[in-house]
Amino acid sequence: MSVQPEGQLIADKEISEVDGITVRLAGDSGDGMQLLGTQLTNTSALLGNDVATFPDFPAEIRAPRGTRAGVSGFQVQFANSEIFTPGDTLDALVVMNPAAMVTNITDLRRGGLLIVNEDGFDAKALKLAALTEDPVTEEIEDRYRVFKVPMTKLTRDAVKELGLGMKEADRCKNFFAMGLVYWLFGRSLEPTLRFIDNKFGKKLPDVAAANEKALRAGWAFGETTETFGITYRVAPAKLKPGTYKNMMGNQALAWGLLAAAKRSGKEVFYSGYPITPASDILHELSRYKHFGTRTFQAEDEISACCAAIGAAFGGAMAVTASSGPGIALKAEAMGLGFILELPLIVINVQRGGPSTGLPTKTEQSDLLQAMFNRNGEAPLPIIAAQSPGDCFDAAQEAWRIAVKFMTPVILLSDGYIANGSEPWKVPDVNEMEPIVVTHPPDAAEGDAPFMPYARDENLARPWAIPGTAGLMHRVGGLEKADGSGNVSYDPDNHQLMTDKRAAKIEGIANDIPAQEVFGEESGDVLVISWGGTYGACHTAIERCQREGLSVSHAHIRYMNPMPANLGDLMRSFRKVLVPELNSGQLRMLLRAKYLVDCIGFNKVKGKPFSVSELMDQIHEIADQPTPNDQHFG
Amino acid sequence: MNLPVLKAADFASDQDIRWCPGCGDYSILAQMKKVLPELGIPREKTVFVSGIGCSSRFPYYMNTYGMHSIHGRAPTFATGLKATRPDLSVWVITGDGDALSIGGNHFIHVLRRNLDINVVLFNNRIYGLTKGQYSPTSEEGQVTKSTPMGSIDHPLNPLSVAIAAEATFVARSLDAHVKHLAETLKRAAAHKGTSLVEVYQNCNVFNDGAMAYAQEKSQRLENTIELEHGKPLIFGTNRDKGIRQVGTQLEVVNLKDVAEDDLLFHDEKAMDPSLHFLLSRMRHPVMPEPIGVFRDVEGVATYDEQINDQVAAAKAKHGEADLNALFNSGDTWEVAS
Repeated sequence: MSVQPEGQLIADKEISEVDGITVRLAGDSGDGMQLLGTQLTNTSALLGNDVATFPDFPAEIRAPRGTRAGVSGFQVQFANSEIFTPGDTLDALVVMNPAAMVTNITDLRRGGLLIVNEDGFDAKALKLAALTEDPVTEEIEDRYRVFKVPMTKLTRDAVKELGLGMKEADRCKNFFAMGLVYWLFGRSLEPTLRFIDNKFGKKLPDVAAANEKALRAGWAFGETTETFGITYRVAPAKLKPGTYKNMMGNQALAWGLLAAAKRSGKEVFYSGYPITPASDILHELSRYKHFGTRTFQAEDEISACCAAIGAAFGGAMAVTASSGPGIALKAEAMGLGFILELPLIVINVQRGGPSTGLPTKTEQSDLLQAMFNRNGEAPLPIIAAQSPGDCFDAAQEAWRIAVKFMTPVILLSDGYIANGSEPWKVPDVNEMEPIVVTHPPDAAEGDAPFMPYARDENLARPWAIPGTAGLMHRVGGLEKADGSGNVSYDPDNHQLMTDKRAAKIEGIANDIPAQEVFGEESGDVLVISWGGTYGACHTAIERCQREGLSVSHAHIRYMNPMPANLGDLMRSFRKVLVPELNSGQLRMLLRAKYLVDCIGFNKVKGKPFSVSELMDQIHEIADQPTPNDQHFG
Repeated sequence: MNLPVLKAADFASDQDIRWCPGCGDYSILAQMKKVLPELGIPREKTVFVSGIGCSSRFPYYMNTYGMHSIHGRAPTFATGLKATRPDLSVWVITGDGDALSIGGNHFIHVLRRNLDINVVLFNNRIYGLTKGQYSPTSEEGQVTKSTPMGSIDHPLNPLSVAIAAEATFVARSLDAHVKHLAETLKRAAAHKGTSLVEVYQNCNVFNDGAMAYAQEKSQRLENTIELEHGKPLIFGTNRDKGIRQVGTQLEVVNLKDVAEDDLLFHDEKAMDPSLHFLLSRMRHPVMPEPIGVFRDVEGVATYDEQINDQVAAAKAKHGEADLNALFNSGDTWEVAS
């Protein structure tokens, strides 16, 4: 999977075929690194590589220029086979300034390419990065293959004839870097030239021309100078046949909601309050008003959730989304939605917590919040998406469950999934099964009184909507009498209704697929993961299996209720390892529910797991004697 | 087609009403049931949404659709409902605590968005359901369970807040003045946009007589002034006093000294809210308190209308929504078998 430098640099440019490359682009948050990364990703996807990305940017819009706090990075892995992560260690690192270098260099593997914008390393830049000397030391030059390129100067030269100001000219240097990277890895310039033309061509022709020149100059620099002796090629990956496009998590989520609406003959009402990293769902859906989508930017998170419940009462496909702290504010409304028994999707794009925490960093520490963040007995179904493309399916599954069981459903994503991207196989809309939604029709004079809390075989109540004659009824947060839905303080009725609501949610376990296992169904180690750690866990387990370890993988999608066979599955292994980007939340649930003594592997650093740290952990667990071996005979 | 003629009783649900005997809420409920049949809107198209508090039990007592929701948030539920179902007649029932403290934010925003709904704010200047704590409209110095030495909060004037938010319909009425209340509710229902009706409502258990100066027939004519569009502001048992504007202030004058033409004439249609704001500042005992319609501004687009217009405009521009086209848009590539 890595670039193999063969011996010394050679004068004639050699092409090296490699399986995959992991490259990170890092610069100041105003340097356009996210744009560069996105372009490199799209271009690689269009070449047929499998790609996976990991953007990493500061929470401040413009942290002080040149400082370590202001470093923005974008990592992409492109490969000739199916991959599930943006890669652990870097094969190549492009840095625009010293701060970007010192904050990223430890992730570059020994012998990896370090491409430095030499012009970004002046005395002022060193001072901003809190350095006393040039970080490109002899030791660095020994350890990595360092290429110093005066990108700022070369960019200025390239765009000189356009007569741009210095500032405008310098702004193009990310395109120069892009051109160089494209040359180095044999990427086509075409998609990016098209992008430049679409974005700036009409409105800002000067900017378009300058960016194009910078891009081509970067390419030409690689081609003509003696600096680089080798370029790399990654063949297309063997993905399933079909049409693909590169997809980010939040976009897939929004499109999944549109698909769910179409499948159920509904229109989306989406309400949200701006919060990272969920806001892009609102932005994306706002563009699809012609699908009947109504988006509401509410005055706060509470309003957003309540408005969605109001829309659900009226018969709309209601959705609200936020991140952890916003979900905390929605909690009271979610409890109401639960007792009203109305369908609703509540999306939590998790980020580092508690409180404001790490707004732009990933974590999966809101599982217990999703489980318990409501007063009273109020269990809700929880679904967790596992990758950017999977958000598309998870959103539809959430709506299917919401309407079938008449309940709010929590959909968990996270910052890593939301901003990451991967190839997405375009589905055939004509093959999508309908999601059946029924509203009871008008009742006539003389019909039996309408029972808003009568239940069907799924224990779901009827979704009778205002405007339906004869079905007038009142819902509310006060306890409902069984059947009639009238306010009831009767103790036995409260017990009955509490039990029925719980049984309804628990019954969803019979409506979801059994837990799948990657690997044998019994053995030494079962790794149980959930959410955005799927890719890293899957890759680590696959490699451990190839090494001959008896390890299997169960990645849980349905966090509540869990698949019916999960307990038996856990008991079929000597050890259960639960890696999570939190302090052990799923592990707590598994232990409590199944009385199996799971082992946790936990990390809360705002960063995803690396494949290698997971592999180390699996090895360690596999080698240890089991403390409770006697239970396994 | 012969539509059945509905009566007040048709709007009564089968639920036992559990307000305290003598509560002003009964009067408001009765007037609502009387007014609704006159609007010609079917019961199934009418929805009452409430928050929490004594007043917020209201939806249970109406044979319409209804939602008794959570503290202070009724305007937000109404927003989602009306935005997706502009065909419905939506009423928000709220109290002074519900609307102005825990729901203060939503109160402002629903007014400034001009969602086409009716908000009826029961103001008894006390928390009734939680048994007698002071509310955002309680008088300064009021002794309650939570303010044994007297309230040190300055009271909020809901109509001033509403007018500052440029609400398009703002009115005040009294639970005890049933004819006026019915007429005001009807005016509110007829208004396109958010209508706010503040109803002075007596809590005979925890704040009895707090608005007696306005409620008691014997005091009402001296202490209140009925607003009528295009008419001068005249009040008093003998209609011998009026309101005159001097600079940015209003003052009470005697009609013996001042001609009617020199009084302030009420213009509820004025787009500029400044005079309506001044009227909202008239407080007992310094001034008579206005009742009736302060402001009824027409022609301001409503939120529900606009959100649906945008959907219609987008559909007209982009044609029938096509998921296949969307999914295949932008850069795609083929993987052959």
